[in-house]
Amino acid sequence: MSKFKKKKKEMPAVNTSSLPDIVFMLLFFFMVTTVMRESDLAIETPRLPSASEVKKLERKSLVSTIYVGKAKDAKYGTGYNRIQLNDKIATPEDVPSFIFLERGNVSEAEVPFMTTSLKMDKESSVGTLADIREKLRDVNALKLSLSIHKSSEIKK
Amino acid sequence: MARRENPEINAGSMADIAFLLLIFFLVTTTMDVDSGIPKKLAERTDVKPPIVKERNIFQVAINRNNQLLVEGEGMELKDLKDAAVKFIDNGGGIGNPMPGKEAGESCNYCKGEKDPSSSDHPNKAIISVESDRATEFGIYVSVQNELLKAYAELRNKLCQEKYGMSFTELDKAFRASARKDKALRKKVEDIKSSYPQIISDSEPTNVQ
Repeated sequence: MSKFKKKKKEMPAVNTSSLPDIVFMLLFFFMVTTVMRESDLAIETPRLPSASEVKKLERKSLVSTIYVGKAKDAKYGTGYNRIQLNDKIATPEDVPSFIFLERGNVSEAEVPFMTTSLKMDKESSVGTLADIREKLRDVNALKLSLSIHKSSEIKK
Repeated sequence: MARRENPEINAGSMADIAFLLLIFFLVTTTMDVDSGIPKKLAERTDVKPPIVKERNIFQVAINRNNQLLVEGEGMELKDLKDAAVKFIDNGGGIGNPMPGKEAGESCNYCKGEKDPSSSDHPNKAIISVESDRATEFGIYVSVQNELLKAYAELRNKLCQEKYGMSFTELDKAFRASARKDKALRKKVEDIKSSYPQIISDSEPTNVQ
């Protein structure tokens, strides 16, 4: 029996040779799911208002985003009503051309399903919203989504 | 010179490199889905809007100091939902014809008070939100949210009664079937047409 007793030795080290494979798998997953922000924000990140009755926006490729908030650059003033389209601060008059540009990126058949997502700061005024809304109606971009934070409680 | 065999490349640090990249992508990934309050804008047409009886309009006005005026009286935000529910679910008269029907009927599923001076039928009841240009967007969204909550409550109640599950669950089941299930579609559309969301945003006024 002493023959077997001799076999008792130290624990073998855990085999880590497949660790890179596992890590690479995770890496590829995150690489594929990552969406880089396509435009730099020229305004401060809008503090979105909270609400509970929300719908998720589907089909990200069909969503064009308009940001409204306070400009980072002081020359645009300190009001919360600056509009950003693509990379630049713009006026409501630029909204139609922005929408046409976005329409150029999708196929003809999908144009009616395009949605405009409005990321507005909670201190922005409804007047700005109304201006944008009118311009969107002018170019028949009728699907609008007011972007918000999902929450269940009412904040006053 | 003696030719040596090629030594194997040491792959021990491969995991470290991969980890570094992994952490980078972990940090930059945003998983949150963009969500928001959907709004359908009205098309520009020359057609005159139909004349609506005043009792079928629920006036909500928000002034520049973010105060609410509902049907001519001041109101707190927390009371808005119940007031809206009461208005929508009143069912005091004959409604517009339901889809596929010729003549309008009175609301047989409404639980309201059937007050003749309030709305006739949920499909005639219009909620009109009027706001000042200087109103804060946050308040505007809270008001919209309360109104949508009122509709959600009514839809859930009716759906529970008719189909034994809340509208939220029904809608989720319908979405899970990739919007293909015919029976579910019929149910969803039935509930939606029973309580259609009619919220109109009028042009903001600029009262000084």
